[in-house]
Amino acid sequence: MKLIFEQGAEGHCLHLLPACDVPEYQLSAERTAPLHLPHVSENELTRHYTALCRQIHGVNDGFYPLGSCTMKYNPKIDEEMASLPGFTKLHPLQPEETAQGALEALHILGTELGEVFGMDAVTFQPAAGAHGEFTGVLLIKAYHTDRGDTARTKIIVPDSAHGTNPATAAMCGYQVVNIASNDKGGVDLDALRAAVGPDTAGLMLTNPNTVGLFDPNILEITKIVHNAGGLCYYDGANLNAVMGVVRPGDMGFDCIHSNLHKTFATPHGGGGPGAGAVGCKAFLRKYMPGPLVVEQSGKFGFEYPEKSIGRVKLFYGNFTVCVKALTYVCTLGKEGISEAAKNAVLNANYMMACLKEKFDMAYDGPCMHEFVMSLTRLHHETGVSALDIAKGMLDFDLHPPTMYFPLIVHEALMVEPCETESKQLMDEVCGIYCRLYDMAYTDPGALHTAPHTTPVRRLDEVGAARNPVLRYRFEA
Amino acid sequence: MNFPAELKYSRDHEWVKMLDDTTALVGISDFAQSELGDLVYVNLPVAGDDVVAGETACDVESVKAVSDVMSPVSGRIAEVNEALDDAPELLNSDPYGAWIFKVEDITDFAELLDAEDYEAFTKEEH
Repeated sequence: MKLIFEQGAEGHCLHLLPACDVPEYQLSAERTAPLHLPHVSENELTRHYTALCRQIHGVNDGFYPLGSCTMKYNPKIDEEMASLPGFTKLHPLQPEETAQGALEALHILGTELGEVFGMDAVTFQPAAGAHGEFTGVLLIKAYHTDRGDTARTKIIVPDSAHGTNPATAAMCGYQVVNIASNDKGGVDLDALRAAVGPDTAGLMLTNPNTVGLFDPNILEITKIVHNAGGLCYYDGANLNAVMGVVRPGDMGFDCIHSNLHKTFATPHGGGGPGAGAVGCKAFLRKYMPGPLVVEQSGKFGFEYPEKSIGRVKLFYGNFTVCVKALTYVCTLGKEGISEAAKNAVLNANYMMACLKEKFDMAYDGPCMHEFVMSLTRLHHETGVSALDIAKGMLDFDLHPPTMYFPLIVHEALMVEPCETESKQLMDEVCGIYCRLYDMAYTDPGALHTAPHTTPVRRLDEVGAARNPVLRYRFEA
Repeated sequence: MNFPAELKYSRDHEWVKMLDDTTALVGISDFAQSELGDLVYVNLPVAGDDVVAGETACDVESVKAVSDVMSPVSGRIAEVNEALDDAPELLNSDPYGAWIFKVEDITDFAELLDAEDYEAFTKEEH
């Protein structure tokens, strides 16, 4: 398909932008060459975007069980509230007394999410998950530094963690200590006991973890770290499985981030914007990024915590994402939030039960919101890999599950159906998965070359990684 | 799958070729490259840095994932194979020719297996 620069012709134009209402200003430095702007009419532009839409698969097109990403359907009412002009036409620099509604919205959401997290304070400044992790680990660092405890240089991360966890610890200047998982996919308590010590700053953990299992030793895990003087950070990537059912704060965690764009109703996957709300226990509040929204005799205003780590983003975070989260929390209510989590777990267990006659599961027993299949045996017997099966799904208009993650499972496919899918759809999908499994034995060749019906066929991922073409080169 | 008899192997799937008593070349085994798939980037270590047996020395990236390369020996990096900067695919096409780094002043070794035991170990891994 043609890029926007390759369409239209000199002189084609559109009138979507309002007339300029500020005086023109002559810059001292002027461009010597004209800007490469596309010359298209409104009609051509509309067709271009519609053509792009036909080439993608989003959650509005069909099943999207991308494990660990929680690609659930987000109710349209959340979008509607976020686009209210009272919210969208705010300026971040306008006086606080003229933005009371927006401040109240943040204040209520902070209180509600604090309840879900089991935390005493919440900031909405971080722009997304990894940014939230960075903020949370900086709180841990500020706590130790403030106490003069500068010998704590290590953060413990289990080998099943998301890659962002060790990256975050390294960004915060910590040395990463990787500990192995036990045969049930959980934290190996002996390995943890051996790893902690006076140099332990903290532990970063996802629970349920990346293989979709709730660690039954969680209270012991956080106790081991606390006894060594470290703090515990909860990566909220998988919060959708437990929200309203069990609180990270009650598991012994000291701070947490939650990807509002996964769990609390913002569509994602297109590069944002997201929100990585960070919660902490009362003793860490004084290190939080400022400003925090506070209420004083019915008025809302800002407070800059006493020993704040400083701002992590301009202004107050991605505000309209917070409005969507608030709408979601208010429409579901206390019962609805936990029901959503329970249905997410039920759906994953239903699909796992339907599939386990053919597919090997990486771990025995019930799962949480996602499960991991290992296609090692199928690969050995037929030469058809997890990648081939995933590509085959595209021909059935299904988005594939997460592939080759977590790294501790070979030929992994990680399925997270989410609570928003029906039994009928899951039955249909399981039928297709089983058909692809059988095809691996009867017609492996067709899977090696899949997909066959998509706008682009099998992509040369190796070529793209070895020789990436990252910019469009205009003809001179 | 190829397991040259003159090499020693770690359980983390690196091979070691001793050049003299305290100098060795290190690379990843045929089994390792086949499991990782097409390699697209090698993050080489830095000459002069110390490496510790059993600890991460550098990493390699395939389309599937980034994986650590553990040093099978303790010593100092004498040289790195810069050809891998432009041609990481050499690790796939010639895993035993494409060494990754050379270690000198070796003081310690991880537990190393001979070719026969290593081949048996890779079968267990499956």
